[in-house]
Amino acid sequence: MSDLTLTTRRERPLDPPDRFTELGERAHLHRMAYADGHQGWLVTGYAAARAVLADPRFSNRPELAHPPVAARLELLKEMQEQQFRVPPGFFLRMDAPEHTRYRKLLAGQFTVRRMNQLEPRIEEIAEACLDRMEAGERPADLVEAFALPIPSLVICELLGVPYADRERFQADSKVLFGLDSEGADVIAAMTSISTYLYGLIQHKRAEPGDDLLSGLVAGGELTDEELTGVAFLLLVAGHETTANMLGLGTYALLTDPGQLAVLRDDPSLMDNAVEELLRHLTIIHLGPVRTALEDVEVEGTVIAKGEAVTLHLPVANRDPERFPGGGRLDVTRPATGHLAFGHGIHQCLGQQLARIEMRVGYAALLRRLPGLRLAVPPEEVPMRTDMSIYGVHRLPVTW
Amino acid sequence: MKIEADTTVCIGAGMCALTVPKVFDQSEEDGTVVLLDPSPPAELEDAVRRAVTLCPSGALSVS
Ligand code: SF4
Repeated sequence: MSDLTLTTRRERPLDPPDRFTELGERAHLHRMAYADGHQGWLVTGYAAARAVLADPRFSNRPELAHPPVAARLELLKEMQEQQFRVPPGFFLRMDAPEHTRYRKLLAGQFTVRRMNQLEPRIEEIAEACLDRMEAGERPADLVEAFALPIPSLVICELLGVPYADRERFQADSKVLFGLDSEGADVIAAMTSISTYLYGLIQHKRAEPGDDLLSGLVAGGELTDEELTGVAFLLLVAGHETTANMLGLGTYALLTDPGQLAVLRDDPSLMDNAVEELLRHLTIIHLGPVRTALEDVEVEGTVIAKGEAVTLHLPVANRDPERFPGGGRLDVTRPATGHLAFGHGIHQCLGQQLARIEMRVGYAALLRRLPGLRLAVPPEEVPMRTDMSIYGVHRLPVTW
Repeated sequence: MKIEADTTVCIGAGMCALTVPKVFDQSEEDGTVVLLDPSPPAELEDAVRRAVTLCPSGALSVS
C-alpha cells in the first residue's frame, strides 16, 4: 500500500512540489493513494505520460474515475447525492467515438489558419488593455488589467457571449476551479453557468449572430443541451487557462531578469519562449486522470483494469530524459513536444488560440512597458496552489 | 518520403499545420488534416518527422 498522496502545495512558486520532482528522478510510475482509498498510479515520466494519454485503453469517463484529491471526492459525493449530471456536450469527459463527434464539429473552428486570422483583433485587445493600464494608477494588478481581459474578451467574441455578462460567469468559474470550494457550491456554480448559457443559446436560435455558437445552432447537429455543454467547456477553458499562463508567465519573466533580457533583445524568440513557458510552468497541476479499461503495460509495469492513473504534467514536462536541464527556464530551448496542452484525443482544442494570445500578449507587454517590474517582493505574490489550474491570483506591477 | 494521413483518427489539433504549413493544412469543415504535399521535398523531411511525433492522435505516418 502506498501512502503517497497528491498535493498542489509547493516549496517554491515556479517549481512542482519537491516530493514529486524527487519521485520523478527515481522512476516514471509510482503507486499513489487516491482520496477514496483507491490504490492507483501517478506518472511522472514524459514518455509514460504520453503513452497513457495516447492510449484509448485509458478512459476519461467521469463515472470510472477516482478522485486524486479530497476536494474532488467531496464534489463527487455531492454530485451523486444531487443526481447532478455533466451536460451532454461536455466532451472533455467522453471517450471515442462519442468524443469524436463533438471534437470534429468544433475542430474546424479552431484551425491554425482561422486562429491566425484573429491575430489583428487580439492585438487590438491587448493594446487597449495596455492603454487603460497606462492611463490608470500604479501599481496595477496585471491579472485584472491584462491577463484575464485578453482571453476573456477573445473567447467571448469568438463564441458570441456578451462580454458585459462576464461577472455572471467569472465568479462561478473561480468557484469551479477552487480546491477549497464546497461541493455544493461547485454544483451551484456549474448550474448557474449552464443556466446562463442555455438561455443564451435560446436567444441565438431566435436571433443568430455571426459567431461560433450561432454557427453551431444553425448547423443543426446539436441539441440545446449539447450546445450548452459545448459552450460551457469552451467558455470556461478559454478563460482560466490562458489568463493564468499570461499572469504566471509574466511573473516567471519578471523574476528571471536574465531570461527577460534575452527575450527583449531578440523578439524573434517569442514563439519559442511561449512553448518554453508552457513547458516550464505547466499550469495543469492536478491531473489529468485516466482509468484503465483493461490491463495495460506501461514501461514494463502493468496497470490493472479499473486502476486510476494521474499524469503529473509539471514533472513530466521537466523529465531530464526529454528536456535536459528542464528545471531551468530557457527561452532558447527547443521546447515543442511538451505536454502542457495534453496529448492524445483530448489535446487542447484551443491551443492554437492560446499560442497567439500569449505571443501577442507578451510581445505587447514587453514593447509597451519596458520598465515593467513587480511592485511587491516576489514571495508576496499570491500563488494559486488552492486552484486546480495554477497561476497567480494577483500580480501587482509597476513600470 | 511518402506521408499518409488518417482523417478518421485525426482530431484536428493542428500540430501538423503549425509545424509544416507547406505540407499540412486543416479542413475548414472539421479541422482534420489536409495533405498539401504527400511526398514533400527532402529538405522538409525533418520537419515532417517532427510533425508526425507531435501529432497527438497518431493520424500521421511516413514511409
Ligand atoms: S496534428 Fe494530427 S490530429 Fe492534429 S490536425 Fe494534424 S493529423 Fe490531425
